[in-house]
Amino acid sequence: MSRWRSVLRTPVGACAALLLVGVLALAVLAPILWSAQADRVDTDAIRQGMSAEHWAGTDDLGRDLFFRVLVATRLSVELALLATLIAVVVGLTLGALPALVGSRLGRYVVAFVNITVAFPGLLLALFLAVIFGVGARGAVLAIGLAGAPAFARLTQTLVAGVIERDYVAAARAAGIGRFRVLLRHVLPNIAEPLIVNATISAGGALLAFAGLSFLGLGVQAPQYDWGRLLGDGLAGIYVTPAAALAPGIAVVIAGLAFNLFGEALAKAVGLTTPLGRALPRLPRRTDSSAPSDAVLEVRELTVTLPSGARAVRGVSLQIAPGEAVGVVGESGSGKSLTALAIAQLVEEPLQVRAERLHFQGADLQAQAHRKLLGTSLAMVFQDPMTAFNPTQRIASQLAEGAREHGGLSRQAARARVIDRLRAVRIHDPERRARQYPHEFSGGMRQRAMIGMGLMGTPALIIADEPTTALDVTVQQQILQLLAEIRAADHVALLLISHDVTVVSAVCDRVLVMYAGRVVEDLPAAELARGARHPYTRALVAAVPTMESDRQLPLTVIPGRMPDPDDVSAGCSFAPRCALADAHCAAEQPELIASADGRRIACWHPAPASLALQES
Amino acid sequence: MATAVTAPRVLENAWVRFAARRLGRLVVSVWVVITAAFLMIHLVPGDPVRAVLGPTATAEVVAAKRAALGLDDPMWSQYLHYLQGVLTGDFGTGLASSLPVSQVISQRLPTTAMLAVLAFLVAVAIAIPVGVFMGVLTRGGRARRAELSFTATSVVLAAVPEFLLAVGLVYVFGVSLGWLPVAGRSGASSYVLPVLALAIGPAAVLSRIVRVQLQSVLQADYVRTARAKRLRAVTVYLKHALPNTLTATLTLGGLLLSVLVAGTVLVENVFAWPGLGTTMISSILARDYPVVQAIVLVYGVGVLLVNLAVDIALALLDPRSTIRES
Ligand code: SF4
Repeated sequence: MSRWRSVLRTPVGACAALLLVGVLALAVLAPILWSAQADRVDTDAIRQGMSAEHWAGTDDLGRDLFFRVLVATRLSVELALLATLIAVVVGLTLGALPALVGSRLGRYVVAFVNITVAFPGLLLALFLAVIFGVGARGAVLAIGLAGAPAFARLTQTLVAGVIERDYVAAARAAGIGRFRVLLRHVLPNIAEPLIVNATISAGGALLAFAGLSFLGLGVQAPQYDWGRLLGDGLAGIYVTPAAALAPGIAVVIAGLAFNLFGEALAKAVGLTTPLGRALPRLPRRTDSSAPSDAVLEVRELTVTLPSGARAVRGVSLQIAPGEAVGVVGESGSGKSLTALAIAQLVEEPLQVRAERLHFQGADLQAQAHRKLLGTSLAMVFQDPMTAFNPTQRIASQLAEGAREHGGLSRQAARARVIDRLRAVRIHDPERRARQYPHEFSGGMRQRAMIGMGLMGTPALIIADEPTTALDVTVQQQILQLLAEIRAADHVALLLISHDVTVVSAVCDRVLVMYAGRVVEDLPAAELARGARHPYTRALVAAVPTMESDRQLPLTVIPGRMPDPDDVSAGCSFAPRCALADAHCAAEQPELIASADGRRIACWHPAPASLALQES
Repeated sequence: MATAVTAPRVLENAWVRFAARRLGRLVVSVWVVITAAFLMIHLVPGDPVRAVLGPTATAEVVAAKRAALGLDDPMWSQYLHYLQGVLTGDFGTGLASSLPVSQVISQRLPTTAMLAVLAFLVAVAIAIPVGVFMGVLTRGGRARRAELSFTATSVVLAAVPEFLLAVGLVYVFGVSLGWLPVAGRSGASSYVLPVLALAIGPAAVLSRIVRVQLQSVLQADYVRTARAKRLRAVTVYLKHALPNTLTATLTLGGLLLSVLVAGTVLVENVFAWPGLGTTMISSILARDYPVVQAIVLVYGVGVLLVNLAVDIALALLDPRSTIRES
């Protein structure tokens, strides 16, 4: 219930609720209070404009239109609610029927709903209004039944979603009848969206009713609702515009009240929370220290979330030409964000900052190096299924970067595409180049993605979990391909993976990340036996043997990584670390480089000689 | 090279299957509409002939009219007769006037179709630039104020039904300012208000859809890939994001088009536009059922054709959809 009530806490929800209460109160009270004024005929004041006496003018019998509009609230709202009720009941029945009556008859019901739902409600309502006859009763039936197919469709979708769930299956397996299952287990679970939609469609019914009455098919004189008043007033719009405008405004306000309240309910129930406020853009610092020969030089890189928490907290790393560096860690360690931040692919509302971020000697923070990055930095993403634009051919997707940065002609780019596809061992590249991504297998797409990176002359390939989404056999081939490219063209590689085995097989050096920080930096060859950080050793120990089953998740380490929002003052690994003491909990260990070039952040690192037996 | 030939053929087959499936669905739906139109005249309360001729008509006159309309024949023979008539473009004669209904339709249909097509084009021409602009402006939670005021404006505009919008437009541009004609069809200027009244609501909804879709497309992996290629921002938006936005927009916005077709009925009546909508309402009020029957049929089939056009456009825009469907 608190979720329903939370509607009132949003400004839109509160306004809509207020408006709705106002409309409903008016519907109840207006006829009681003002019927007499609304019906008083005054032949001396026929068709008058707005005046202090008659706020909305008078009609052709001299009746006060302001009061007539107020009094008409009841009939307008009443008829709309009645029509909505019909729509909900009939729609719910039609929608639940397939689940009740079995597949054969159910299919006809579904087909019927599918055909009727394709027609706009107004058209259905007009058709039905002819059948049910001109007048308020016919219009209620028409609008109600016209709204039913949409409700039936909604119910069908909702029921289908719930009926697959375990508890419903369990109830059915226990021999509980279909109707009972529907009533006890299904309906309560789909009530929220149904109520929300009923509220919104009450607004729709109100407007539709106004439409029918306006056309003369709904409420008939001497009764009057807003639509009727509007229809009567329109003829005299030059003389007394208020006669048409006042009921029109009333319809809009009442319709909006239902609509907005429904939308606000939907928001409150639908659990969508906004991303939060955007942070002010921080000034970029430029660093003019001497360029090194490293391909990539990163110092104190941070990525800040909209909440202000930091998902990457001061990562520093260097990659030499041709070197392969791996980054491992559990999901949430910030390794992928680090890679994206280096590649300048992190967008607002996330904020990236670094003391130094140099690629091939160019300061990436000082200015946009579009051409440099476009030709010298290749990216390989995790999911080759989604990384290509589904609506464009492979060739054009590979070629466009080269055409933009390399100024290649269409033919030259095409030749290069075919050459590169061949380089990543795609058979029959001429034909493949003409195909769309969905005609490629996953492994082939990942090859094509690597080929895309090879369109230029990359100095660094950043591969973010390049094999995670692929079959085991294909994984090997992709890793093999990356290794060959590296050897052939002296390309550096930054490989992000949660998989210790993959990283140690491909890389020269490994960075281990935990909770947004690098906790250890060591040669890949040392990973298996020479790791010194308790977390690294736990990671390695979680892999049964270095050769087998790399699908095994790393959750074997008890406990879980802290969220960026609640990192402690001390070592982030302390809650899960067997060696943790008071010092660990109080103070964060810095990443310290030792003489052999290794780095480690731990107060109690294992001696380099100690093997894994104790963990 | 044998394999090189098969690829286009597979695609062709997918297209053929797609076309066959859609055509089949269209035929069934059209049949349902025709049958519904046929049944309408039998479902109306009372005797339609008596209703239109009035209580003063003698029993013989009514009986003669009934016989002339074939209303006394057995149901199935009436149905076959009706089907045959519809398929040959013969909708019978009106009860009130004695004009052939097909003549009424062919006079009124073009003006209504013109209105709907113009309104659709105007709605799209407004919605896509506005939606894209707002989508780019507010991507990733930027420019919250602009987003809020855009959303509020479009919600209100979308919630106001077209005939009330029409009344408002009449008041402002016709009555107060006196710039534009408010009734009838007389030259280009008379189109402005009805077209606007029809287009504003769909434009508001469509531009919201475009904005939301663009934002979700901008989150997609392939847009990140495009950015990783360091293309110009304009290229990323126009070449990679926009086409996929349009696919999604069309899927959700296709229904709007048919709603717009139905909206002509009300808007025509506000502007006394000499189209199908005004004829339909006056015929309903005059109980001229053959005319109503035919117009309902035309509107129904019109909606079906619009839906089909949307499906075909979708299939052309998204090469996967033809295959994904099966
Ligand atoms: S600093 Fe302490 S808690 Fe952190 S990893 Fe080292 S021993 Fe464990």
